[in-house]
Amino acid sequence: MTRKKRRLYILLLCGLGLGSATALTLTAFQDNLVFFRSPSDIMREAPAANRAFRLGGLVEAGSLERSTGADGKPTANFRVTDGAHVIRVSYAGVLPDLFREGQGVVTLGTMQPDGVFRAKEVLARHDETYMPPEVADALKRAGHWNPAQGAAPPPAEWNTAPRRGG
Amino acid sequence: MIGEIGHFALALGCILALTQSVLPLIGAHRADARLMALAAPLAVAQLIAIAAAFAALLWAFAVNDTTVSNVVLNSHSAKPLIYKFSGAWGNHEGSMVLWVLILALCGGAVAGFGRDLPSALQARVIGILGLIAAGFLGFIIFTSNPFERVWPPPMDGQGLNPLLQDLGLALHPPMLYLGYVGYAVTFAFAVAALLEGRVDAAWGRWVRPWSLAAWSFLTLGIALGSWWAYYELGWGGYWFWDPVENASLLPWLIGAALLHCAIVVEKRESLKIWTVLLAILAFGMSLLGAFLVRSGVLNSVHAFANDPARGVFLLGLLMIYVTGALALFAWRAPRLGGTGIFAPISREGALVLNNLLLCSITAVVLVGTLWPMFADILFGAKISVGAPFFNAATAPLVVPLVAAMAVGPLLAWKRADLAGALQRLWWVGLLAVASAFLTLLIAGYHVWPALGFAAAAWLIGGAAADILDRIAAFRRPSQAWNRARGLPRAAWGGAIAHAGMGVTFAGLAGMGLATDALVELKPGQSTRLAGYEWRLESIRDVQGPNWSSRRATITVLDGGRVVTVLTPEKRFFPVGRMNTTEAAIHTNALRDLYAVLGDEREGGGVVRLHHNPLAPWIWFGAGIMALGGGLSLSDRRMRVSAPSRKAAPAPA
Repeated sequence: MTRKKRRLYILLLCGLGLGSATALTLTAFQDNLVFFRSPSDIMREAPAANRAFRLGGLVEAGSLERSTGADGKPTANFRVTDGAHVIRVSYAGVLPDLFREGQGVVTLGTMQPDGVFRAKEVLARHDETYMPPEVADALKRAGHWNPAQGAAPPPAEWNTAPRRGG
Repeated sequence: MIGEIGHFALALGCILALTQSVLPLIGAHRADARLMALAAPLAVAQLIAIAAAFAALLWAFAVNDTTVSNVVLNSHSAKPLIYKFSGAWGNHEGSMVLWVLILALCGGAVAGFGRDLPSALQARVIGILGLIAAGFLGFIIFTSNPFERVWPPPMDGQGLNPLLQDLGLALHPPMLYLGYVGYAVTFAFAVAALLEGRVDAAWGRWVRPWSLAAWSFLTLGIALGSWWAYYELGWGGYWFWDPVENASLLPWLIGAALLHCAIVVEKRESLKIWTVLLAILAFGMSLLGAFLVRSGVLNSVHAFANDPARGVFLLGLLMIYVTGALALFAWRAPRLGGTGIFAPISREGALVLNNLLLCSITAVVLVGTLWPMFADILFGAKISVGAPFFNAATAPLVVPLVAAMAVGPLLAWKRADLAGALQRLWWVGLLAVASAFLTLLIAGYHVWPALGFAAAAWLIGGAAADILDRIAAFRRPSQAWNRARGLPRAAWGGAIAHAGMGVTFAGLAGMGLATDALVELKPGQSTRLAGYEWRLESIRDVQGPNWSSRRATITVLDGGRVVTVLTPEKRFFPVGRMNTTEAAIHTNALRDLYAVLGDEREGGGVVRLHHNPLAPWIWFGAGIMALGGGLSLSDRRMRVSAPSRKAAPAPA
């Protein structure tokens, strides 16, 4: 085999590898990108029923209640707010240690036909002073917090918005 | 006072590192033997300075010196001594000091054990290492001083995050950094080779042990981190495709490609340019990982302090080192042309395929990790890329990689007989198909676990076939024992590492069959999961040294016989006001029984129970892989002319 031919083979192989990696990435992206939505985003545009997305905001103070779900599993119900709108969330599972009312939370799941967000995962961070950046962004967009003016207002003030869907 | 000495030692180390990089590089360029001879002593001097700084930091933590802000933020007097020490590197500033200490140890090792290296090459390698050290020492001094004082000193520290007060996590950073920094040495060798314009078998013989050692430590570090997440976070998972986890996986993948490629350079003097490029990329990935973890650009469960100034500094270092090396590569690489020629079906060809697949997987993981950041910057879209993406995108690449992993070692160098190799693997193939069918028969229709067990059988069987073939166990059984003893340790190491991968696959497949239950139980009530009866006995208060907790007692019964008593807890740490979940795990090496205590309500408690078949094998497998790497390192061929990694143990 000549040097030129070998180089051609190697180039072809690299192209094949690169091409398949790109194709795989793009097809997997199509089905598996997870978008972040705030309660206001959901109110503006109803999300597709079977597509998972991330819902984030603050856990409304006083909204957490525990019950036993229809399937007999212990379920936590709470409301997530960005100050303007509220979405009800139900989660069958053990809430993370840093889950608190009035603090930022990001949940992953799907919207049910009855307007309740069924969470598969609830993420709270290692650090209790930490505000997930998407949540901070959602609060800013809802016009209820300008980070330049200091820390997020106390949780009680998040509940002033008229309740919808909650 | 000790703190100031530490700070001064860091600054001294920085100056020494700069000198260490400039003088020997000039010396090597001008062929000035006196300047080149400065390299080794300067590297040792820098090592001494950094070691002094690290000792000062440890001392500040050991005596709980609350005038040092780092101690105040990350330590507390009421903490076991081991976690005071591990707290020293469990934070951003301290971990950077550990990073440069390991880098200095590597420099010292090249200086001490590299006497047989051509002096120009040694001077250049040490010079490049000095350049890297100077950059990171500058980073520490200008953005992350670990010895910063606070006045007035508070009464006591704020405590270390209780999640980090754990033995597995105390060892996790040193292991990981030994891996990351090990790639700094292969990087330095690559750049030195580009400066020299020469890559030969001797160069390969040097690069190979370093890439092997770095890869083995990285394997252990990643496994420790994953094991910690499994038992400490209590989510029941072991790998979350979190950006920071991916940041450690990227250099691991490239490093695996590099260590296979270095074999070709050493044995066949081929694929030289490619190996040099991989060495540059492996360190680039390490730096990218450092940038991602410490700059806060990515959203991750790992929370190092997020400071834009640090991010910019690290990005600057990344740009300088990697683009500098790549520019040098573009300019000088054409001189390094390989000499060995090989047919597509050959050991070299198999290793090219290995590299191609590993690099493709790396590219996919890299894109998935960075895409959310670019989507945010470019389109303002808040998206995340989770496990489903990575599973879907990497699996089609892992399948051919695993298929080739068993065949490759059986192929001859230069030109090989694929049909012959497959013929020697017929029983392994049969074993793999049988394991897949057996899984489907026993566990029901679970495609991925069945494939996982097939991969495990294929890899372990393939490694056995490789060894049996080399010792000619069937052709000349009487001499098999002698041949086995005479077999180079590198051959054993390779087979063992491949088998370790198989063990890990078996663990992953087992976890694919894991079952769990979420139930609310009152004391005395029980539930059934995976054939066991789980009975909640009680939930009561327990007091620990620096925590108080609620502890549930769960008896696990198998047909009336007590298997084990699990005591999951929810701990509260008054210092730092943090809650943690302590999962209770009982293992018998074949399966884990895993229980987590959730909220309590009306006298009862919510418990999450898991039955995880073969879970420990994931980390056993990683241990076996690292062992294989270690065995390869102890090969005579490497001992004769290469350094041993013993010179760079994890600082305790």
